[in-house]
Parts: sequence; structure tokens; C-alpha cells
Amino acid sequence: MSETMTITIDGREIQARPGQTILEAAEAAGVYIPRLCYMKGLTPHGSCRVCTVLVNGRPQSACTQPATPGAVIENDTERLLALRRNIIEMLFVEGNHFCMFCEKSGNCELQALAYRFGIPAPMYPYLWPKREVDASHPDVMVDHNRCILCARCVRASRDLDGKNVFQFVNRNGHKRVAVNAEARLGDTDLKVTDKAVAACPVGALLKKRVGYAVPVGKRLYDHEPIGSDIAAAHKK
Amino acid sequence: MAKPKVATTSLAGCFGCHMSLLDIDDRILKLVELVDFDKSPVDDIKEFTGRCAIGLIEGGCCNEENVRVLQDFRKHCDILISVGDCATMGGIPALRNNIPLEECYEEAYLNGPSVHNPKGRIPDDPELPLLLDKVYPCHEVVKIDYYLPGCPPPADTLWEALVALLSNKPVNLPYELIKYD
Repeated sequence: MSETMTITIDGREIQARPGQTILEAAEAAGVYIPRLCYMKGLTPHGSCRVCTVLVNGRPQSACTQPATPGAVIENDTERLLALRRNIIEMLFVEGNHFCMFCEKSGNCELQALAYRFGIPAPMYPYLWPKREVDASHPDVMVDHNRCILCARCVRASRDLDGKNVFQFVNRNGHKRVAVNAEARLGDTDLKVTDKAVAACPVGALLKKRVGYAVPVGKRLYDHEPIGSDIAAAHKK
Repeated sequence: MAKPKVATTSLAGCFGCHMSLLDIDDRILKLVELVDFDKSPVDDIKEFTGRCAIGLIEGGCCNEENVRVLQDFRKHCDILISVGDCATMGGIPALRNNIPLEECYEEAYLNGPSVHNPKGRIPDDPELPLLLDKVYPCHEVVKIDYYLPGCPPPADTLWEALVALLSNKPVNLPYELIKYD
């Protein structure tokens, strides 16, 4: 068995190791595939579909699909950009995302993807759901208005923290993240230092008393689109 | 040749976006060389005097008057631009959108901690525009041609977009000028 295999992304041949997903192989070669529910170190979830690529013409989530020898992959195309934009726009209208006062603004991956895709305003009708805020924990708050159900906190708590603080309940439009306690986050054994807290890509799980510490202009995505670091790291 | 005309308005907004327009500093002198202002709080013209090239809309629609003004702008302007987060997504006023209207009224005029209203009457003068059930972004009411998000959009965003449109160039703003906060 050969050490690596060749796959093609947008016409460019790159090397992949057996066991690598398409997303991992692309990233190692300096090719950014947009992603949202994927997070390095967590079991891939394949649920947000932002990383959808065409593998030999079929749509697959790059974070779960293993690289296979000779696979021909489309990533950075008009058609896929349109699909990804639609996903991001739908995530914006199905929650209550008030960027103007959100502590996560500037460091938010959902917002950063909208910026990267050049979305000036979502075009779908806003749903304005009624969602809860749970501020019962002394150091962490949950704002369900901003939750995009990526399961990063669920996976991080289960796999990295060994705690299972978060889980999904209900289905479809009623699906939400619940906590492993009778009612409130304050009743769980969550610690502010848990990896689950830092895993949230949006402002749904926030550390208290540290908001707005970084000024506008110095935040993660103020100057460079999300994913720029992946191409930049490869050039060095 | 007559200068193209620009109209502006603030619907359910805070005038912050208009402040950001003034924040173009001395470029405002160049702007008045490029355009005339028609209906706008800038010159206090209350009604349209004619056809406008560009209409800048700050704020979303929270009441029936906002809707009328917005429809009037659509009728008189070739290009309509949603300026700021309230126009593009409802903004802060839209925080009431998942609270029933009656509860909003009761909190504002009867039960709020700082309310002084001995007669317990909710304002009902027929001159007051009725609130809509929700606050709507402008594009859910009329067709909008361009969107400049931000709270407010930076002065550079407004300037670059206006200059591009007035010189018939595509509006391709750099990454740093399209932000939601």
C-alpha cells in the first residue's frame, strides 16, 4: 500500500494520506474548504453541510468523506458558493442574530462565513423564533437565540471534557441544545475552562465578564476572511 | 446637466446611519458637488420634488407610516439602498419581534418600572401611526437594490458605494467595509 494517494481539488492535484478526510487533506495542502460544524479535534458531525463539495460529481460533506485515490473534487465553484451562501442565510433567519450588540461579533464563525461569501443581507424571510437565555451559571451563559445546532459543545463536552453537559432534545424546528440537569446550566458540572465553552462558533455559549475586551479592528475576522490562515500557512 | 438627486430617510432607526453619512467629513463638499439632496432630514425637505437617482433608507418598518414613506421612496427613486442593520434585518427595534404587540404596549405604557401614567391609557390618538405586528426589514416590504449593513455602516462604506453608483461603476466594496456591527 502506498503511503499517499493523489486527489484533485478544483483541477489541482494534492496528496492525501489514507484515513484523511477530504477536508483534512485539502487543509494540509493549503486549500480551504468552508466549514462550520467541523472543529479540529472533534468527531466530524457532517450536519451543517457548509463543507459540501462535489466528489466525482456527487455532493458530500468534506468533513466526513474520506479521501479516496483519484477522487475528483469540486470546491471553489459558483454553484457550491451559491449553496453555501443559502445555508448561511438560512441559519441567520432561523435564529435571532443581532450582530450589532453580540459579544461574539468579529470572532463569530457564522458571521465570518457570511462576510467571506459576500452576503450583505440574508434574503429569506426572518422567522423571529422565541428562544430562551439561560444565565444561571456563574461564569457561562447560554443564549439559544444564537444557537445554530452545530453540536460542537455537545461533542466537546462528551469527547474532550468527559462530561456530557449538553445534548440535543426534540426534532426538526423544535430541536435545541439542552443541559444535563433538571433545568438550568447552573445545575450542571460545567466549568468555564471546559473545552465545550470555547467550542461554540457563535455567541450561544459565552464566558461572562469578558465581552468586548478586544476592540473593533483587532478581532479575528476584522481584516482577513475566515480561512485565510489556511492558505497563508501553506505558503510559508 | 442637472446633478442627480439623492433622498434619505430614517424609518425605525436611530439616525446613527445619517450620522455616519456626515462622518465622511470634508468629502461632504465633494458629495454636494456630485449630487443635490431632495427629500431628506439633511435639508429638511419633507416631500419629494421630483425623480431621484438614489434613495438611502435607514431603519426598518415598525409602523404604517414607515411603510408609506418606504413605498414613496420606491416610487421616486431609481436605486433604493438599505443602509444599516435596521434596514437590512430589522435591527434593535426587531428585538420586539417575538413578543406579542399587546405585551409591548403594556410594558411601555403601563407596567414598565419607570412608567408614570395615572390614567392607565395607552396612546390612541388617530394621528399616531399604528404599529405593525413586527418590525420588517425594508426588503420584505419593497424591492431593495443594494444593501449596506453595519451599525452603522462606516462612512467609507457609504462614500464608496455612493461614488461607485453615481459614476455608473459596480459596487464592489472591499472586505473590510461590509460588516454587521
